[in-house]
Amino acid sequence: MGETGHMLPRTLFEKLWDAHVVAAPEGQSALLYIDLHLVHEVTSPQAFDGLRANGRPVRQPLRTVATVDHNIPTTPRGLPITDPIAAKQIEALQKNCREFGVPLFDMDSAEQGIVHVIGPELGITLPGMTIVCGDSHTSTHGAFGSLAFGIGTSEVEHVLATQCLPQKKPKTMQIHVTGELAEGVTAKDLALGIIGRIGTDGATGFVIEYAGDPVRALSMEGRMTLCNMSIEAGARAGLIEPDETTFAYVSGRRFAPKGKDWEAAVGYWRTLAGDPGAQFDRVIEIDAAMLAPFVTWGTNPGMVVPVSARVPELNTFAQESDRRAAEQALAYMGLDPGTPIESIAVDRVFIGSCTNSRIEDLRAAARVAKGQHVNPKVRAMVVPGSQTIKREAEQEGLHRIFLDAGFEWRESGCSMCLGMNPDILQPGERCASTSNRNFEGRQGRGGRTHLVSPMMAAAAAIAGHFTDIRNWRFQ
Amino acid sequence: MQPFRKHTGKVVPLDKVNVDTDQIIPKQFLKRIERTGFGEFLFYDWRFSGDGKNISDFVLHMPRYQNASILVAGKNFGCGSSREHAVWALMDFGFRVVIASSFADIFANNSLKNGLLTVRLGDEQIGEITRRAKEIDDYRLAIDLETLRVEDDRGFAATFTMDEFSRHCLLNGLDDIGLTLQHEAEIAAYEAQHPAGAEMRLIARIL
Repeated sequence: MGETGHMLPRTLFEKLWDAHVVAAPEGQSALLYIDLHLVHEVTSPQAFDGLRANGRPVRQPLRTVATVDHNIPTTPRGLPITDPIAAKQIEALQKNCREFGVPLFDMDSAEQGIVHVIGPELGITLPGMTIVCGDSHTSTHGAFGSLAFGIGTSEVEHVLATQCLPQKKPKTMQIHVTGELAEGVTAKDLALGIIGRIGTDGATGFVIEYAGDPVRALSMEGRMTLCNMSIEAGARAGLIEPDETTFAYVSGRRFAPKGKDWEAAVGYWRTLAGDPGAQFDRVIEIDAAMLAPFVTWGTNPGMVVPVSARVPELNTFAQESDRRAAEQALAYMGLDPGTPIESIAVDRVFIGSCTNSRIEDLRAAARVAKGQHVNPKVRAMVVPGSQTIKREAEQEGLHRIFLDAGFEWRESGCSMCLGMNPDILQPGERCASTSNRNFEGRQGRGGRTHLVSPMMAAAAAIAGHFTDIRNWRFQ
Repeated sequence: MQPFRKHTGKVVPLDKVNVDTDQIIPKQFLKRIERTGFGEFLFYDWRFSGDGKNISDFVLHMPRYQNASILVAGKNFGCGSSREHAVWALMDFGFRVVIASSFADIFANNSLKNGLLTVRLGDEQIGEITRRAKEIDDYRLAIDLETLRVEDDRGFAATFTMDEFSRHCLLNGLDDIGLTLQHEAEIAAYEAQHPAGAEMRLIARIL
């Protein structure tokens, strides 16, 4: 309370934080209550083992929701998992969920999907929550105005055991976007443009709040794409204030509150928006008019230029360490400085991942693919984020468009975003990917990843090289 | 968790910025369900060629850096994926300390939970340590978490900062789940006025 007895104006983040502090012991980190803990097969087995070793139960199994997504094949679901170690990891999650009473959307579930896709689409992710998951892209859920961040396995165990996490309070950053996103410039391009500007460590130690008309104008799918990539700028989390777009998306979803519960929830969610005059530790202005469809050229998401540009010259890097990193990145990527981006040919195209596998992403890609054919030199795959999205896309006939154009239409999962399952690049293969990381070897050892939007990926599949979607002739 | 008070050891310079956790431990090794045995896969794609042979000019293979326990790198070490396997791999390989000009948040948290010390120093100090580790055989640093000092026996000395609570946990190797459970009454009181929402009850009914 201030001297006058009024609360100081607070940001959305500060309201979420204050609402979840369980204890603030002197000289220790604050203890934050976690409303929802999402769990998947890769980062949880050691955490459940830790519980067993100490004889601890899961404190709130019904605030815990599990699915399998990272290492499962995207081939038809009836087929056996050929990788025995992957199969064992999936079995471990099944066993752990049974033993500790955690709800699981299993392999054969009609709702299985990427953890950051199914939370929102099932109405499990709600505004105002604190959400964690042993996965860095948990930042996705910030699109709903929930404080959502990735944690390691020790912290997964901590949340399973206590439903709390000791947390140092992060700093606050507002990214204020002005103007309007041009046709063909998507939420993905906004995210890549921001990371290109502030760098992959530009928001380390901060929680980002995205604001401004172009952010407000984004659909929930677009907002999820934007918040998803917050971690690629180093941010602890990315947030967008909940508004009518948010409520309309959540309303009626399977696990969303209903009736009186819904009215009460929306009433509360409306109080979450930042107060006028609330201060951020740092504010960054982005002019949407300066953005373009982007393509990464290097081995981190900050190494990015507009599709109409060229691979940068090494003398444009001010710092020696950055220049050397760029040189190493170009050697890995097999690219020369000054190469026009549109002249770069691709071997593979991946449309999917927790960044860009939602229905709107598939609609955008299908609009580009309609009536076209994948270049004969390219292998292109579309991996819906969830079984729900897959069904919805099939009802709309999107799978027909993709299949007719020569794209593969797969089952849901993380797939080639990180290549833990059999979907990987071969050494030297170049891929236009709608995923979130172009790190060395991310999609397969020696694979060369270029991050783009779904429309840009579909266009590259058809053209056989990167091409400016703003000049595309839609059929 | 393994406590950390003081450590003296050999230094290996990675001399790279933005080292992501996909490099520290590639995804094909994340399918194991144990916490142990990840050391042999550390920096796998940088250490080994596609056919499993040593890439001999990678620093970790150089005879002069064998048995190093302090890794030095540039800014934003540990960025990317939240995989704690990266920390397990570094520790299993024998590292007790990573020195860098900055660390990604999740990696730093994971390190803290396992007793791997992350020391932030300025770019100039990192440059100096890197230079010395390249030029001087068996170059060693002494790191003292009680005095927050890094020094060698050739006149290099630097201090670093760490928040007091993290330092306290590391020095004492505290089980922080145990610490949190000491707040049982407060957690229970919080839960009483913040019951699981309708959505959670629905999940319970349907699944």
